[in-house]
Amino acid sequence: MTRTADLLVLGAGPAGTEAALAAAEAGLDVVLLDEQAEAGGQGWRAPHPGLTLPRKGADAAAGDAMRERLAASRVDRRLSRRTWSVGGAFRLDAVGPDGAEAYAAPRLIAATGAHERVVPFPGWTLPGVIGLAGATVLLKAQSVLPGRRVVVAGAGPLIFAVAAGIVAKGGEVAAMVDMDGRLAWAKRLPGLMRRFDLLKEGLGWTLSILGARVPLLAGHGIRRAEGDGAVSSVVVGPVDAGGAPAPGAERRFDCDALAVGHGLVPGGEVPKILRAHHLYDRLRGGFVPELDPFGRTTIENLYACGDGTGIRGARPSAAAGRLAGLAAAYDAERLDEPAFEALAAPSRAALEAYGPFADTVAGAMALRPAQVAAIAPETVVCRCEDVTRAEIEAAVDAGAADINQMKHFTRCGMGPCQGRMCGDVAAELVAQRRGVAREEVGFWTQRVPLRPVPFDALIGTFDYADIPIPPPAPL
Amino acid sequence: MTLLRTTSGVTRPEAVTFEVDGASVSAPAGEPLATALAATGILGLRESPRNGAPRGAFCHMGLCQECIVAVDGHTVQACLTPVRAGMKVHLGGTLK
Repeated sequence: MTRTADLLVLGAGPAGTEAALAAAEAGLDVVLLDEQAEAGGQGWRAPHPGLTLPRKGADAAAGDAMRERLAASRVDRRLSRRTWSVGGAFRLDAVGPDGAEAYAAPRLIAATGAHERVVPFPGWTLPGVIGLAGATVLLKAQSVLPGRRVVVAGAGPLIFAVAAGIVAKGGEVAAMVDMDGRLAWAKRLPGLMRRFDLLKEGLGWTLSILGARVPLLAGHGIRRAEGDGAVSSVVVGPVDAGGAPAPGAERRFDCDALAVGHGLVPGGEVPKILRAHHLYDRLRGGFVPELDPFGRTTIENLYACGDGTGIRGARPSAAAGRLAGLAAAYDAERLDEPAFEALAAPSRAALEAYGPFADTVAGAMALRPAQVAAIAPETVVCRCEDVTRAEIEAAVDAGAADINQMKHFTRCGMGPCQGRMCGDVAAELVAQRRGVAREEVGFWTQRVPLRPVPFDALIGTFDYADIPIPPPAPL
Repeated sequence: MTLLRTTSGVTRPEAVTFEVDGASVSAPAGEPLATALAATGILGLRESPRNGAPRGAFCHMGLCQECIVAVDGHTVQACLTPVRAGMKVHLGGTLK
C-alpha cells in the first residue's frame, strides 16, 4: 500500500516540522517522516519516553512548543520511520515499526539536517571519543554525562555548550580545548552582537566554565588521543590562526571521554540523489543545493530547507522551513500570491535578521584547510574501511582525480556510514593534493539506500512457505 | 569512558534487565542501548574490519554505524535501539 499525499516532508527537525505545519495550514495533505520517535531533530530533540529532565533550556522549550503545535495540526506524522529510498516525482520508501512502507506525492521537501565533522587525529577512532553533537544529545536529551572526566575540544560554539552542559550537571571537564584564540572570538563579536539573546547564552556558558575552574586552552588543538581499548588521555598543543599545529608546549590530560567536533556538514543526500544542482559553499559546510529564496531546488517541485542546505542553526532553519512549506502550498495553487507574500514576509524577515549571527557562527564551524593539511599520513581518515591519509594521497598520485575515483581506488567512503563521517575531509585532501578547488573534486555520488536497512526489515514476515510453487510439469 | 546518569531533578523509567553476551545488565527502560552499555563500562562494541581496531559509539545519532551490535539476532544500531527487558545483545561479529 502506498500512502499518497499532496506533499512529503523528509526530516522532522525545526525546518521540516515548520515546513509541514505551514503547508498543512494552507490546506495541503502533508506526510512528515522522521527516523526518531518524536519531532525535534537533533538540536530540539525530545527526551525518550518516561524520562523527565530537571530545568528546561531554551532549546527544550522551543522543541516542546513546536511538538505541541504539530500534535494539534493536520500533519500526518510518520515517526520512527527509516526512509531508505527516494524516487523521482516523488516516492519515498521507509521501514517503520510494522515493516516496509511507501509514500508518494507530487511535491517533496527535504529537511534532513546536518552531521558532525571531526577532522581526524591519531586515536580518534578509540572508543570513548565521541562527537560534540553526540555529546549534546547525551546531555540534553538523556541527561547523561559523556564520562567521569571529559576533555571537550574542537571549534565553534558547541564546545562551549558541551563544556557548560557538563559543568551544569555536576560533571568534570578535564580541559576545554578551543582551536580559536581570544582574538578570533573578538573579531566575531560584532556578528554575535546582532543576536544579543544568543550571545548572552554563550557568555553564560563561558562564565560557568570559568566558574568551575576548567582549564581553558584557547588556540589549542588535539595532537592525539591515547588509550588501550578506550581513550585514557589526550595530548593537546598550540595551533595557529589557520588551525595548523604551532610550536609550543604540549600538555596531556587524563580523561575517560573526549568530546570533539570541528563544525557541521550539511547532510543533503536527497537533492543530490535527485540530481538537483549543487554549489560548494565553504562557509555553509560543503556542497549545498542551489535554492531560490523560498527553498525551491533546480528540480521542479523539490524543495530543501534547514541545515541540510547549509549550516545556519535551528531558529533560522525553522524560518526557512516555513518558507519552503508556503512555497509548496503556493506552487500547488492552495495559496494565491497576496496570501503567500503576506504569510512569507515574517519568515523572510526572521531569516534575514538571523543572517549576520548565523554567518558568524558558521564561520567558526567551517572547515580549516590548514588543519586538514596537517593530518599525519598514517592517520585513519575513513573510519569504516580504515583508510589512511597516505592511502588517499597515493590514489590521487596514481590518477584518481575526483572523490568518487578516489573511493573506487581505496574503498574510502564505501563503508556503512556511506562516507558521511569522512567525506568532507577526504574531498579536501584530494583537492589539496591536486592543488585544485573543491568544485573540481566534487562529492560522493549518492545512491540508495539513503541509510543502511536490514533485508529482514524489508522482507517482513515473508517466508519460504509463502513462495507459490506451481504444480510440476507433466513428464 | 563510563557514562554517568545524572540524578538531580531527573526521573527515569524503571530499570529493566537484559543480557549482553550472557551477562546480566540493567538500565532504565527505553534508554538508548549505546548509552546503557557505556554506563556499565562497555565501550568497545565491535572491531573495525580491516585493522581489527576497537570501536564504539561515536556520533550517538544514528549515522556513523560504529555502534552496530546484534539484538535478538537482528543487526541494529545501539544508539537508536531502546533498552527492553529480556533483550539479548551480542557484541562483535557483526559488521566485522
